[in-house]
Amino acid sequence: MKLNEEERALLAGEGGRARQWAIRHQIEVGKFFDAEDMVPVDQAHVMADPESLGEAGVRWLSDIAAMPESERRVRIPTITDPRGVDFAAYKRLHQTDDMASLEERAIRAFEAMGVLMTNTCINYQTILPPVRGEHVAFGDTGVVIYSNAVFGARSNFEGGPSAIAAGLTGRTPRYGYHLDRNRLGTKLFELRHQPKDFSEWGALGAVVGKRSGSYWSVPVITGIESAPSSDDLKHFGAALASFGSVAMFHMPGITPDAPTLADAFDGPPPPASTITSEDIASVYEGYAARGDKVDVVVFSAPQLSLIELEKVANLLDGRQVHAGTTLIAATSPEIKFAADRMGLTRRIEGAGGIVLSGVCFYQSYAREMAEANGWSRLMSNSAKLVNIIGGYGYKPTLATMERCVDSAVAGKVL
Amino acid sequence: MAQTLLCHPGIGPDVEGIALVASDDFSARYDLDRIKGVFSRPAHKLFGQDYRERILVLNNVKGGVASAWMLNEMASRDVKPAAFVFNRVNPILAQGAALAALSLVDRFEDGDVTQLIRNGERIRVRPSEGQVILLDRP
Repeated sequence: MKLNEEERALLAGEGGRARQWAIRHQIEVGKFFDAEDMVPVDQAHVMADPESLGEAGVRWLSDIAAMPESERRVRIPTITDPRGVDFAAYKRLHQTDDMASLEERAIRAFEAMGVLMTNTCINYQTILPPVRGEHVAFGDTGVVIYSNAVFGARSNFEGGPSAIAAGLTGRTPRYGYHLDRNRLGTKLFELRHQPKDFSEWGALGAVVGKRSGSYWSVPVITGIESAPSSDDLKHFGAALASFGSVAMFHMPGITPDAPTLADAFDGPPPPASTITSEDIASVYEGYAARGDKVDVVVFSAPQLSLIELEKVANLLDGRQVHAGTTLIAATSPEIKFAADRMGLTRRIEGAGGIVLSGVCFYQSYAREMAEANGWSRLMSNSAKLVNIIGGYGYKPTLATMERCVDSAVAGKVL
Repeated sequence: MAQTLLCHPGIGPDVEGIALVASDDFSARYDLDRIKGVFSRPAHKLFGQDYRERILVLNNVKGGVASAWMLNEMASRDVKPAAFVFNRVNPILAQGAALAALSLVDRFEDGDVTQLIRNGERIRVRPSEGQVILLDRP
């Protein structure tokens, strides 16, 4: 890789040990993907929940945090993905003091590094959305795909260590979605069914993701009759990234990098793969469990916007969650403050639900929570969550937000 | 006697071990019980199989970014695969392998690596050379 004078100095240790580790890590990853050089980035976003970190990861962070201030501080605004423990609610969820302690140590380390604890996977809705052409180092698949596709920003999936490296050096290897040639469409999809709600947008993401099947695929979706909302595209992108590891898509006429179908491809478009209402229905059928007792209903993955929280509150007004069911809604700290101020938290919790701040369900020791609470059947309107959570021992069911709330009140899958 | 498969140069040290092969994708968060060291996702083709010190031969990487930390965490407890041999990986597995000092190769010249390597056979992974050697093949 070509390194400039500053990068060579970092490699020589002139920026301290943390930055020396960071540039070495970036060179190793960059060489693996044939990056020719580094590209400056002006934001980093770090996924580092305590379950993923473990004791080893927290020790690793703490070692950096113990270095002199000039060595350990990040050089660009660096923010965090959801945490694993909401200190105001963890005992209600039967998470343990050990989990909370590990979480506290991780937060202390991040703060010593100058990382801003935003604790959100909807930073593009709540903190600072990137702009078209801006190079960033974002570390949540839903954040990356939304930023690349909807804003036209440029990021690869940057896992926690690589996002920290980007924070420390202010750059990242130039490969993948930092390069024009990799952002062109590779597959064409034509919708014959218009998604009607968040779960259907997620189901559409699941269908496209399964048919795309690779980080290096760029699906192009046509046939959308009216512009989706930010929350629609949030669920679509999160599911697309989850089912297919996809990091970029085009919707000609909606997303900025390809105003027309011709702009989306390098040459004539390939034959289209059609997506029908039956394809969408089959996603739900794969998780169907009508009549089963439902243990936990979860609205999360991604964290809820203020608008989604209001919908949950509206659906719960005048009703009570069944005694044998737990209903959880997770959002970012900024949205939680707003929800508190606007009475949404009171309405949801008054109906027996729990509103969590700064966490996401699957990043919160999901397996241990299931064991401690006796949870098995999980219901959600998030296609991403039902895709992930099976590996943690849950039996997941996908449904609309309305059916999820109705089921939470009935105590069984409706 | 051995056959050699050529691939893109990878990450990590040379490793020798037994291949655990499936034409399926991979995510440490989605697919593994990392405490027990087994594949825990019922829909995965390796469901129930012990992955500890096996060389995982799989198709692609799916899902989220957690593997970047989880490989390091698994390595710290010795509940880790010996190496990763994939058709194509995403950045997360490369970043995770780099942090955990685990071996990783992908992009094979001769086609689908999940068809080229047999489940249970002994192989040597040489990331710096971009080679996987099938040790028991004439």
